[in-house]
Amino acid sequence: MSNRQVTRISGTAIPLLLDDIDTDRIIPARYLRCVTFDGLGEHAFEDDRQQDPGHPFNNDRFAGAGVLVAGRNFGCGSSREHAPQALMRWGLRAIVAESFGEIFFGNCTGLGIPAMTLERDRLESLGADVGADPTIEVTVDLEAGTLAWGEETAEAGMPESARTALVSGEWDFLSQLLANGDAIRETAGVIPYINGFGSE
Amino acid sequence: MDQAAATPVRSQNLFDTVWDQHTVGRLQSGQTQLFIGQHLIHEVTSPQAFEMLRDRGLGVMYPERTLATVDHIVPTDDQARPFADGLAEEMMTAIERNCREFGIELLGLDDSRQGIVHVVGPELGLTQPGITLVCGDSHTSTHGAFGAIALGIGTSQVAQVLATGTLAMNRPAVRRIEVHGSLAAGVFAKDVILMIIRELGVQGGVGYAYEYAGSVFDAMNMEERMTVCNMSIEGGARCGYVNPDATTIEYLRGRPAVPSGDEFERAAAWWLSLASGPDAGFDDHVVIDGSAIEPTVTWGINPGQSVGVGETLPAPEECSAEEQAGVAEALEFMGLEAGQPIRGQSIDVAFIGSCTNSRLSDLREAAAIASGRHVADGVKALVVPGSQQVAQEAEALGLDRVFSEAGFEWRAAGCSMCLAMNPDKLQGREMCASSSNRNFKGRQGSPTGRTLLMSPAMVAAAAVTGQVTDVRDLAPVAN
Repeated sequence: MSNRQVTRISGTAIPLLLDDIDTDRIIPARYLRCVTFDGLGEHAFEDDRQQDPGHPFNNDRFAGAGVLVAGRNFGCGSSREHAPQALMRWGLRAIVAESFGEIFFGNCTGLGIPAMTLERDRLESLGADVGADPTIEVTVDLEAGTLAWGEETAEAGMPESARTALVSGEWDFLSQLLANGDAIRETAGVIPYINGFGSE
Repeated sequence: MDQAAATPVRSQNLFDTVWDQHTVGRLQSGQTQLFIGQHLIHEVTSPQAFEMLRDRGLGVMYPERTLATVDHIVPTDDQARPFADGLAEEMMTAIERNCREFGIELLGLDDSRQGIVHVVGPELGLTQPGITLVCGDSHTSTHGAFGAIALGIGTSQVAQVLATGTLAMNRPAVRRIEVHGSLAAGVFAKDVILMIIRELGVQGGVGYAYEYAGSVFDAMNMEERMTVCNMSIEGGARCGYVNPDATTIEYLRGRPAVPSGDEFERAAAWWLSLASGPDAGFDDHVVIDGSAIEPTVTWGINPGQSVGVGETLPAPEECSAEEQAGVAEALEFMGLEAGQPIRGQSIDVAFIGSCTNSRLSDLREAAAIASGRHVADGVKALVVPGSQQVAQEAEALGLDRVFSEAGFEWRAAGCSMCLAMNPDKLQGREMCASSSNRNFKGRQGSPTGRTLLMSPAMVAAAAVTGQVTDVRDLAPVAN
């Protein structure tokens, strides 16, 4: 089963240029007491928003943004998929940052959310520009490996495997993994601990 | 399918050997399809995964390689069902039903093997050298202590492993971190990993698996190795591991899921053969002097923001340009001053527990400090064993009485105050000395609550003095 091909995403952006934003901050743990991901969007960054009335996610100027502009090591910490699920349900369709926590990055890719890296100085000018004018349209282009806004274009990076998966629409890995049932059994068949550690 | 990813040209380290052995093939994206030998699940990150299976009409491919327990949401005081928290009860009911319907063994509250998933797996002998192990929890890196590739994964990946016994992954690079010398008295495994994270940064491990080696690790018992590997993720690493050795083999001997007799001997020979040899290649190499490590305490809002207990807090302007904003944000949130000593900082709560530090040796180290002393006035102190089995062993040694007599609350096994998904939470601006793994804003359940991470012995020292105290200043009290 193939998914939607993720090649180009355009929309307005919301700047949150802080470093080391962990997934507990993206979605506080109390909202993990749930059996579905529904309804998580409204709780994204809830505690940060409560403590900082000026938080971008409180600011109506950024309502409807599709692209998050974040800092270094975004999404570090807990593996909770609830974090990208909450951001997606809030309305975000792409994230650009200086770098990402790896489990968070993998979770994003598996949901069809491109998470791309930008050089710090380009991120800061992007953040400043959309902060000054939230109506600026930002375009993430996975095929070209660029992020464009206004008159500007910056190189946007992403590991080749994630890019290929998103662009080809093969980012839900379940079907691909399922297709290799024979190879799975074959591999397992020669692993020592699955076979009595080499008994004859 | 394309042929499997080529093995790097170098004498193989343990990671490469195990990775290659578990490689099923290469996916269209270029990622490796990796076979998973052991899947551990818990109540928080699995319900949506089972729904994904139902939506697609799929079953569990290797139910016998899957084990469930409950830890995050369980109350550690009143465990009567239904739980007072309706949402927690709903999650508990969901995992019971899912395990029943999909044929997976569940260690529930009525099972004496229940506990924190990362305590239970090793305790039962499920965590073994040379296996691949995953769990929908970032602290799965704990299991690397045995020389396993142990990865935390998201919920969609939990569904993938349930359905196929495999995972799509990019091979990380391997960084060998050698800690030489020996640890001073009063310095523990927790201090070693806090020091490593302080040195290499919370993002320093991104793209890497960490191999921990050197005389300090050689001398550690398995529980200490687990503490270090547990927090690999806090250093940004995808996982961390220690090569199997005689300590590993002796820990495993006789555990329920470990083979016995001739099969054990064959297993032990294979386990030892996996260890990185003297000529094994690595992508990066770091050497740290273990003798110089001090009892370490975090003062900020990420686990890399720490100081030795004798040091003072940094000022933003003393830090590198890229750290300055984070240091300023952390000092403000914590209500601490640049230049102040961490020693003497008052605390409100002391928490001993979590998948990092809730095993028997952790409780013994803390009890040695608590014994003959009393929790300071105004401090609330909790001891939460990592599993029912740890609780039983501790009770057999009388540690529960030591803690109770010292004014600590002795609780039932669970994640407790590490992560705010059960009734154990900080209130308001409380400052908590904690043996857990994360000092993130709001992590312990109050959005404005504050966490100081340290070793269990240091938490006990803080509990009995009411302030951050160098554990080396507290001589044992004769009973």
